[in-house]
Amino acid sequence: MTLDNIKPGSECLIKKLTVSGRLGQRLVDMGVYPGLRLKVIRNAPLEDPMEVELDGYYITLRHKEAKFVEVKRL
Amino acid sequence: MRKKKVLVALAGQPNCGKSTVFNALTGASQHVANYPGVTVEKMTGSYKDDGRKMEVVDLPGTYSLTSYSPEERVSRDFLLQENPSVVVNVADASNLKRNLYLTFQLLEMEIPVVLDLNMMDVAERRNINVDVKELSNQLGTLVVPTVIKTGRGKKKLVKAITAASRSEQSFKPVPIDYGHMEPFLRKIKAKLSGKTELNGNYPLRWLSVKLMEGDSEAQNLISKSHPDAVEILECVEKQRHAFEAEHNEAPERYVAFRRYQIAETITKSCVRIKTASSTTLSDKADRLICNRYLGPVILIGIIYLLYYLSIVQGYNITNYTWPILAKIRSLTESILPNPGFIEEPLIRSLSLWFVDSINALLNYIPIFFILFGLIAILEDSGYMPRMAFILDRLFQRFGLHGQSTLAMVLGGIYVGGCAVPGVMATKGIPDERSRLATILIIPLLNCLAKVPLYVLLINIYFSGHKGLAMFFISSISLLIALPVAKILTLTLLKNKETAPFIMEMPPYHIPTIRGVLGRAVERVWLFIRKIITIVAVIAVVIFVLLQFPGISLERKAHYTKEKEQATAKFYNRIKETQYTGQLRGENLMALVLYWDAYKNAKMQARGKEAVATINEKFKERNTHFFKIVQPGKDKAAKKVNKAFRKLFKARKKLLREIKKEKIDNSFLGRLGRDMEPFTKWAGFNWRINVSLLSAFAAKESSVATLGALYQQEEEGETLEKRMKKGEAGFTPLHALALMLFMVLYPPCIATTIMVKLQTGSFKWMFFSMGYPIVLGLIVASLIFTGGNALGLNGPQAMIVFYMMALATTVATGFINNKSETT
Repeated sequence: MTLDNIKPGSECLIKKLTVSGRLGQRLVDMGVYPGLRLKVIRNAPLEDPMEVELDGYYITLRHKEAKFVEVKRL
Repeated sequence: MRKKKVLVALAGQPNCGKSTVFNALTGASQHVANYPGVTVEKMTGSYKDDGRKMEVVDLPGTYSLTSYSPEERVSRDFLLQENPSVVVNVADASNLKRNLYLTFQLLEMEIPVVLDLNMMDVAERRNINVDVKELSNQLGTLVVPTVIKTGRGKKKLVKAITAASRSEQSFKPVPIDYGHMEPFLRKIKAKLSGKTELNGNYPLRWLSVKLMEGDSEAQNLISKSHPDAVEILECVEKQRHAFEAEHNEAPERYVAFRRYQIAETITKSCVRIKTASSTTLSDKADRLICNRYLGPVILIGIIYLLYYLSIVQGYNITNYTWPILAKIRSLTESILPNPGFIEEPLIRSLSLWFVDSINALLNYIPIFFILFGLIAILEDSGYMPRMAFILDRLFQRFGLHGQSTLAMVLGGIYVGGCAVPGVMATKGIPDERSRLATILIIPLLNCLAKVPLYVLLINIYFSGHKGLAMFFISSISLLIALPVAKILTLTLLKNKETAPFIMEMPPYHIPTIRGVLGRAVERVWLFIRKIITIVAVIAVVIFVLLQFPGISLERKAHYTKEKEQATAKFYNRIKETQYTGQLRGENLMALVLYWDAYKNAKMQARGKEAVATINEKFKERNTHFFKIVQPGKDKAAKKVNKAFRKLFKARKKLLREIKKEKIDNSFLGRLGRDMEPFTKWAGFNWRINVSLLSAFAAKESSVATLGALYQQEEEGETLEKRMKKGEAGFTPLHALALMLFMVLYPPCIATTIMVKLQTGSFKWMFFSMGYPIVLGLIVASLIFTGGNALGLNGPQAMIVFYMMALATTVATGFINNKSETT
């Protein structure tokens, strides 16, 4: 299951990042790494992008970027 | 040894209050904002402590120190090459774990680090308790808790910086244990050590980690400065593969995860959270502000308020500030040499033209001040990222970015903006392709200076459909700009670098008055400095193009003869009065000036008392002249008054004819004529061409030049009437073509300079000037020639074109851009 499929309000555990290079690095630098719990807060009014909460702070990302984050639903 | 000057670098992630720390330390005013990545420039300031000058460099806020973004590269190069004595790492105390991720990377660079735990108040409010001593022990650095916003902890921070700068030798940070990767790192480090120029200049452990990460800049460094570069890089590649095979994880990923793990261990031992995190106020606010239905409504409301306060109310303020500018003009006028009967000294006309051009721009300052103040409020409050969040999807369809919103709002997404701050605001867009596309389309939006021409033409040619025409012109610019952006990103900008959208949503802050006003003043000042100086130069150039080569000697003789005839007539009329003697020779011209001055003074006077004082003043200046100006019951004086009025009018007419002939004959006038074969398809005659050419300096000139070309015959006749009279064959279709050309008009000089600054290339600057002309001529010709062929009237052509633009916008919105992620 990948992050872009998680509905707002649900929590999940990050399992793996399946992209390298610039996007992969940016995800890691913004605090997305395996073993971390995250919660999907909301989608933007036009569905994309989405907002997630990681450990007390919030980031937004596009769904096509979230596709590279493998998660386990909690 | 005591160094006289100490270099201090300020590093930290976005939204940790780093800019506020910079201001508190150096006292300089600087950009403080919530928008991630707003500090892209290198900011420097200084302060004195313990008899030494501390020079502080504010590095861009970055989450990490890789070589992917220019901000990170800039920071890294500075830290490695400028050898600062201390790095002050500003961290958000309420978000310690993520902030430590950067701290570790700084520690690895082996520069003494002072960790400034800022925003302690936020942490306290959220019941987050940090054991500062324990943290300091675990990291092996000085840690200072602060609430720099209120000044809490500032003294201790200054002391810690000084202490750290004095004890370079004793700086022993706790090394980060990379676990399974350690043996690999040791191998690389062993290869690197040896007598090369790297050793001593670069921390070898840091370099080994970077090489393991596959960092391109680190590889370049080796290639450049190590004699066995090829061998080393081969070895690194081998190690990377071996690691990945052994641990089933890319080395760069492993390094990052490891840093987070250690950060987590440290925060677990140093941070106590008393109560489980409940929803914060920001979170509650976002439920409304980012709500599916309410969010867009609030967004539109905020944009409307921005317009209303700056454009509408700011314009009202100009009613009060304009008299000040008018005073400057009349002051200039008074110190310049007087005009002759039909000849104006060059210095006089040039100076007045110059003042008028500058005044036209200075008049916008109240609007800009309010606009910049409001933008600062939006930035500091944290609303900007929300705006990007709400609109990203829409803009992305056209190759733009959520963060293009602000730039486009400033540029005039509906009616009334200014391309200069618009282009300036593109600085925050991280995605290079979207940023360039935004810069290139902003001039197509409706800047304030385009509006007078719209209003003029709508009043003449669409007087029956004013509402429709105004709506058309306000919204058509966006319907043209969006497809243009899309086409540019699909073609010319296809291969430009793109960046992930991923962005932090910082908590909301209440902006401070000082911060907001400071920034508004700073940006207005930037506008004055950068723009007005350039416009001043261009104004002179346009003046020359409009004045020279001037009228021929023959024509001059003709006008002199006309003047003589007029004066002869005047003397003839008054010959039986006692005034004849008094008005001979130079005295006549003196009366002309006296008359003019009296008229002007009376026009500005308010109330009976003011008029009475003016009368007294002018009587004192010259009793005879006053008698002519205000003849009362005196028959002779009345006669002279009447005759003089006629003479005065004749002079005005002559001046007007000369001016018109001058423009007709000028370089610009000739160019306008030469262009007629090309512009005739769009329905533009040479007069329109000249006014469009003069609009290049500043668009409001277009109406001013039209005003000069369609000289008034009757006192007080409006330009609308004059234009209608002067262009009998002009139809609404002509007007529509002209308006659309104005929509697509190339950016003004001021904007062009901004485009150069923001793109850093003359190539893009010239492109931004060139493509709108081509596009504008095509659209205008389509309207005029096409509309005529189909027999459409003005409003019909308007509707047809609008539908076409709408269809194009929708169609281009569905084409996909090259994928940004791979």
